Formats: sequence, C-alpha cells, structure tokens
Amino acid sequence: MDITTHNTTDAPPPTPQPTEAERKPAARGATRAGDRIFLGLSRGSGILLLVIMAAIAVFLTYRATLAISKDHGNFLTTLEWNTGVQPPSFGIAVLAYGTVISSIIAMVLAVPIAVAIALFLTHYAPRRLRGPIAYVIDLLAAVPSIVYGLWGALVLVPHLNGLFGWLNDYLGWTGIFSWEETAPRSMLTVGILLAIMILPVITNVSREVFRQVPQMHEEAALALGATRWEVIRMAVLPFGRSGVISASMLGLGRALGETMAVATVLSPDFLIHASLLNTGGGTFAQNIASKFGEANEFGRDALIASGLVLFVITLLVNGAARMIIARRAEYSGANA
Amino acid sequence: MAKRIDVSGLSAYYGSFRAIEDISMTIEPRTVTAFIGPSGCGKSTFLRTLNRMHEVTSGGRVEGKVMLDDENLYGAGVDPVAVRREVGMVFQRPNPFPTMSVFENVAAGLRLNGSYKKSALEDIVEKSLRGANLWNEVKDRLNKPGSGLSGGQQQRLCIARAIAVEPKVLLMDEPCSALDPISTLAIEDLIGELKDRFTIVIVTHNMQQAARVSDRTAFFNLAAVGQPGKLIEIDDTERIFSNPSVQATEDYISGRFG
Repeated sequence: MDITTHNTTDAPPPTPQPTEAERKPAARGATRAGDRIFLGLSRGSGILLLVIMAAIAVFLTYRATLAISKDHGNFLTTLEWNTGVQPPSFGIAVLAYGTVISSIIAMVLAVPIAVAIALFLTHYAPRRLRGPIAYVIDLLAAVPSIVYGLWGALVLVPHLNGLFGWLNDYLGWTGIFSWEETAPRSMLTVGILLAIMILPVITNVSREVFRQVPQMHEEAALALGATRWEVIRMAVLPFGRSGVISASMLGLGRALGETMAVATVLSPDFLIHASLLNTGGGTFAQNIASKFGEANEFGRDALIASGLVLFVITLLVNGAARMIIARRAEYSGANA
Repeated sequence: MAKRIDVSGLSAYYGSFRAIEDISMTIEPRTVTAFIGPSGCGKSTFLRTLNRMHEVTSGGRVEGKVMLDDENLYGAGVDPVAVRREVGMVFQRPNPFPTMSVFENVAAGLRLNGSYKKSALEDIVEKSLRGANLWNEVKDRLNKPGSGLSGGQQQRLCIARAIAVEPKVLLMDEPCSALDPISTLAIEDLIGELKDRFTIVIVTHNMQQAARVSDRTAFFNLAAVGQPGKLIEIDDTERIFSNPSVQATEDYISGRFG
C-alpha cells in the first residue's frame, strides 16, 4: 500500500493522476482480478443466503396469514385440526407440545451418550479401535430417515412393551410414565427413535471438538495430579463445552424437523397426553407429511402456518444456544 | 518439605527409540538445578521422567530408579497420579486453563485433593499468588479469566497453581522461553525465592539464565542425531561455567558448538 500511495502522490508529471474512483480499490488492497472475483463470490453467497431466508419467511408468513385469518378455533390452543369443514377450526397446541417433548426426550437420551462415546473415542479407546468405531458412527449418520422409521416400526415398537410395562410399574405414579397398555407408538417411542437418529451427528461433532483440546491443557491437569477422569473434567469438558452445545443444536435441529421416521412409528391423534407412554400426539413435521397429500388449498395453507411455528421455534432454540455460548465467551477455550 | 532426588541408571524410551541413556545424579533439597544442552539431548525428556509425565506420551517408558527421599517413583504399585501431586511442573508455554478464572486456576489442584472450606481455599490461593509474586497484579481480578493476563503473568499464574498444592519438588521446562526479558527477570527472581521451600529443577536453553538462577548445572549432550542423550557432567554452577571438567561442556558453554 505504501508503494501505491507513493505512485499516486509523488509520481513524476507524465504519470496521470488517478481519479478517486480508480484509487479506491487500491486503497482497499483488492487490485488483483482474483481478489475481486473472490470478494464478489463470497459476498454474493452471503447475500444469497439472506435472500433465501427472507423468501422462505415471506412465503410462510403470507400463506399462514391466509389460513389463520379464517381459523374459527384459536390457532395456538385448539385441540383439533379440521380444515376441510366450514367453518375451519385448527390449532397447533398438540403439534407444538409433541415436537418439543419428543425433541427433549431425544436430547436427554442422546447428548450424554454421545458425549460419552466421543470421550471414549478420544481418550479411552485403544488407538486401533478408534478408526473403525468412528467409521461405523459416520455410517449411522448417513442412514436415510425412512430406514430408521421402518426399523422403528418393525423392530423398536414391538420391543418397547417390556420397557413401557417396567416404567409403568415403577414410575407410573408420576403420571408421566403411566401406561394403559395401548400400542407403544407414543411420544416416548418417537423420542427414543429420534435419540438414535441424532446420536451420530452429536457424537461426531463432539469427538472433533474433544480432539482439538490442546495437549498442554491436558498436561497441565495431569501435572497437578489429576486422574484421567479428572483431566477430562478439568480440561476437556470445559474446553469442549461450546462445541458440544453446537453439536447438540445440530442434533436438535434434526429432531425438531424429523418427518418420515416420526410418521412411521407414531399413531397420531389430536390430544395432549399427560403420559409419555400412551399412544397418540403429533409433531409439526409428521402432521404436515401425513395431511399434505389430501389437503385442499386452504388445508395446505393451514399446514404451512404450522410450519411457520416450527420455523420460529427453531430460531428461538438456536438463538438461546448462541446466547448460552456468548455469555461464557471470555472463558472460551479459543482464548488459549 | 522439599525432598532429595536420587536418580540411578535411568533410561527413557519412545517406543523402541532410546531418548536418554543411563543417567544418574543427585539433586539436593532446596537447591536450584539447571539442565542445559543442545536441542534433542533429552533434558526435557529426563525432566519429565522425574514426575512420571514421560509415560503419558504414547510409547513412552522408563527404566531405572528415581528416589524421592526413600520412595522409588518407579517402584511397583506406585501411582503416577500420587507422584505428580508431590512433584509439580511448569511448562514451556504458559498454560492456565482458559475456561477458569484466575482464582479457579490456582484452586484447581487443591480441588483435586479434597474439599476445602471457602475461607481456607481463599487463604491458600492468596498465599500461592503472593508466593508467585502475582498477588498485587491480580487481586482485583481474581474472577476474571486467567487467559486475559499477559504471558509473563500467565506463567506466574501457572507457578502459583503448581505451588498451591505444596509439592516437594518443582520442575520447570524452559519456563521463560516464551517470555520477554522483563517477565523473564520476574520469574528468575521468583525462582530464587521459591528455592527456600522447594527443590527446583529447571531446563533452559539460556546459559546466562542457568548461571543466574542455579546452584548446580547439569550438561546433557548426544553423540549424534538418533543417538540417545547422555548426562555429560553435573557440578556446581560456578565450576561448570568457569572450569568444567569435560571438554565438551566447555565447548558448549563457550559457544564453540550447539
């Protein structure tokens, strides 16, 4: 940049003085064609992403408004979904409840196991086992969700009777785990299946994060007389904290939006069941998938309205996760 | 209480590669011993055998004996974790835990050893930070992240963390090599104070530093790359730097090689 300034100010008379417009890119350092092209491409991609997000939001909001304005029930609290009758009455209460509760179950089951597997792979497993196990987990992440759905319906569901009975016997008094011996196609079933489905992605990302923990922090803990578990508690887990949260958000995103697998194992209805074991309930994605095919124009708008709510829930969850990470930013492992 | 280290016939390996061979020496309590020698001569490896950190490296193993007073660190049934609680270590690059505050960093080792009352913990943290000549600089920011301190302060924080658990021996692996001269001076002064309470062993590439801080100096060398490092001689620092008994030592400290 110094040289450029020199040329433009102290150059001998024959050199033409560049105009303001010509000088500007030089001052920014983007004088080469490659730089300009790359700048354009990356800026364009960034803008395109925003445009797509805005377009989706506008589309969802517009169609949703059409439907909600004609809803004779309360869109947020109605426990039915009747869009083919006059006047239409539909609400997202069951779907919101089902989506959130099944995702919570999935997270509660999957995150601790995923973190444990990731720690095992990075800190306990013999070196020659690490590769093969990681490979199997990658494979699990690549299995299409309909395959999980079929496996869930044909293998998982028939085997859940025992678990449900046991939960009912010992924890039935809580109400959450009481069971009327209906088919085990309930919110808990969905949660368990979702947990299995999001386990690989959380495991993989957590494993990468734990691998990034600098050797010097683990050695610092060891030199203080920490056992292997204490090293993990002192140096590895705190360092990987924000990464594990991000990994969980990836898994949660998949759980919130999972469609086919949920539709395959759940026997949906439009009631909020206090017990997680009793058949019924629904999720946004499952409800859209089951009803979209036979819905009329208005019915589709109503389903899109429910999709908008899912969109908002996802945004809120991601925002909350970012806040949790940002609040501890000054203690981040990235400051090492 | 500081303890005496007595090493005999010690060799350390990385897999099948022998990094150091047949080292014997005695380190008296409440002295500072400096290890000098060219890169790759095994002085850091040897240092790490003194608190059983060498075996943390994959393929790392040790033959021989290290006596800490009457206890063989490599005796059957000795828990390396227990050894490291007696023999503290400070590393080349300052490595405070980035996820912890200044206070928590100093308290980290104490929390491993059991539960303390809050007031007792505060007392030990203050005493350790004072011991590391850091208290006045950080007393108003104990709850701020340790990674926010300057490099020299971070290294003194690491020293405070190491001495908080009252080890018998303090090992320092090139503790000043990442620091500027003023921070280096602060650490060197600190070493002079700490030797009243601990047995200190310091690896350094800086021969002036060895001459300034140590009572005894050990010179390590290796015959060629790929050969194991050996202890050439250990003697009073004054003698090593004025009239060493081995020619190689004199060549090294006078800058004729290395």
